[in-house]
Amino acid sequence: MSVLDLDNSTRVLGRSPSAIAWSHLKSDKTAWVSAGVVFFFIFIGAIAPIFPHILHTDPDAFHPETLDENMGAMPIGSFGGISSAHWFGVEPRTGRDIFLRFVFGARTSLSIALTATIVATVIGVFIGLISGFFGGKIDQFFSRLMEIVLAFPSILFALAVTPVLESVLTDAGIPQGNATRIPVMIFVIATFGWPYIARIVRGQVISLREREFIEAAKALGASKWHLVFREILPNLWAPILVTVALNIPTFITTEAALTFLGAGVIEPTSDWGAMLLASVPFYGVDPMYTFIPGIALFILVLAFNLLGDSVRDALDPKGSR
Amino acid sequence: MLSYLVRRIVGGITVLAFVSIFVFGLFFVIPADPARLACGKSCTPELMAEIRHGLELDQPLQVQYFRFVKGIFFGRTYLPGTEAALHCTAPCLGYSYQTDELVTNLLKDRVPATLSIAIGASILWVLIGLSSGILSALRRGTWIDKFSQGFALAGASLQIYFVGLVLQFIFVDKLAWFHAPGYVSPFEDPKEWALEMILPWLTLGFLLSAIYARLTRAGMIEVMSEDYIRTARAKGLSNRTIKFKHVLRAALTPIVTVFGLDLGGLLGGAVITEYVFNIPGLGKLATEAVTNVDLPIIVGTVLLAAVFIVVANILVDLLYMVLDPKVRLS
Repeated sequence: MSVLDLDNSTRVLGRSPSAIAWSHLKSDKTAWVSAGVVFFFIFIGAIAPIFPHILHTDPDAFHPETLDENMGAMPIGSFGGISSAHWFGVEPRTGRDIFLRFVFGARTSLSIALTATIVATVIGVFIGLISGFFGGKIDQFFSRLMEIVLAFPSILFALAVTPVLESVLTDAGIPQGNATRIPVMIFVIATFGWPYIARIVRGQVISLREREFIEAAKALGASKWHLVFREILPNLWAPILVTVALNIPTFITTEAALTFLGAGVIEPTSDWGAMLLASVPFYGVDPMYTFIPGIALFILVLAFNLLGDSVRDALDPKGSR
Repeated sequence: MLSYLVRRIVGGITVLAFVSIFVFGLFFVIPADPARLACGKSCTPELMAEIRHGLELDQPLQVQYFRFVKGIFFGRTYLPGTEAALHCTAPCLGYSYQTDELVTNLLKDRVPATLSIAIGASILWVLIGLSSGILSALRRGTWIDKFSQGFALAGASLQIYFVGLVLQFIFVDKLAWFHAPGYVSPFEDPKEWALEMILPWLTLGFLLSAIYARLTRAGMIEVMSEDYIRTARAKGLSNRTIKFKHVLRAALTPIVTVFGLDLGGLLGGAVITEYVFNIPGLGKLATEAVTNVDLPIIVGTVLLAAVFIVVANILVDLLYMVLDPKVRLS
């Protein structure tokens, strides 16, 4: 073997950090399973409108024939009235199909939580970027603001502020009900969520802004906005992705908690938090009604938590388990 | 050290001032008419005028806010010089027309229940969380570690409003081991107090211990790979001394922060827990006030909760100085 052949036999493959992270993720079984679960829930939420055609009923349709009038209108049959017609049983008192309410609930809960995630991320990244990059007065102002937001008792304040914001929106001519409730929820969740993202981004920007490539871009006459959004931001996708992945489960549970406490989505629109709230008077006699949304929420949050951990492990070479 | 403390306290007061202005402004400016809300169902124009005057809603907003703040520090008198005069001693947080009570008194009545939940639960979650995290780190990779990590993951993914209902179904409705949660003063009937509090303690203790187990494990594993631990080993210190005096102490520092913030947040009202278990604490008072749109109570509860969070923040920073020699020196 001559020296010249070396070049063909042991060539070192050049791989970008994202390719390395991706190969980590690809070989991580937990990541695959949890991503599968997450996509499953998003999928059933997305195709929810198909199910009424299959089951020949509506999520809001009452089925008094499935209830036992002598037993205080509790579902007939074991496990909350599970049957071939009603896969997850029926709701006590009304007889609405729980499976349909469940899939439509996934649709509501996930769309609110994911929209809030996007809003919080955009605000958090933007404020983190300018706060970290410009420093000085701007940084002081935003850091104080974050401190104040984090000192608010968030759930309490969210509960209190919901009727107030609702009245503002209805005064502006938006019809009362979920048309005002849902934007208010997204606003409230995002308002208390952005500081967590902004803090991390700010820290990263501070360590990046003194690096040589920023110096070089500056010397070439790049504008400040170019430096922030074209030079620094592309270097931050990994920490942003990790923070977002770890924050989504919090947003999902906050959404459910707000609805559970009565400051969220209202009837007849279905939502997992609303299902849990509606099940409270019946958990002693019909526990299945509590279990279905509760376990689903647990599985979804668990999957997001595991996926978040996997993404962090893949993107952060330091954190070995 | 003293100047740092003063700076922190001034910062904390600034934050509280902003929170109070914001809450006060939001609730007294935006809804169409607080007097109408406070007046209730059997409202007459005379009663409404009386409320408007009594709550001083006929004054400009900055005057109202100034009197509110002054009331907190020096107390105030509603409707001075009339028969209905009502004195409210400092710290006066306002007067709720709907319940015909001073907000401060309402808060005082609810503090013991919230305090009971917070103290009992925090002892549990620290004990469970730390021991499971320490075991996990010391027996890394074994079944103990895997079990404890699974436990932590489940705790981090479960919700109080689900676990609370399930536990009530099992332990109150089916097995009848514990009494339905509620609140009795521990000074009147300590046994009943414990029996009614045990489910909220267990639920919160289990769910919150998850974070502590994960943090303790990660912290200990990180510290164990530090150079100074190798040095300590090379000096010939016993394994026990190294693990408990050197590793644990360093690993606990970040946990103190989380603990302070969790406890501070909980003291302001364990909103969801109190709602699920129907316990008359601050969180329950707040949810009731929100349902009835009782603005003075809402302002009072939010402000008190913010005070707990801010004070917890300052205490955490002080404790940090005691625990971490690096911070103390700089």
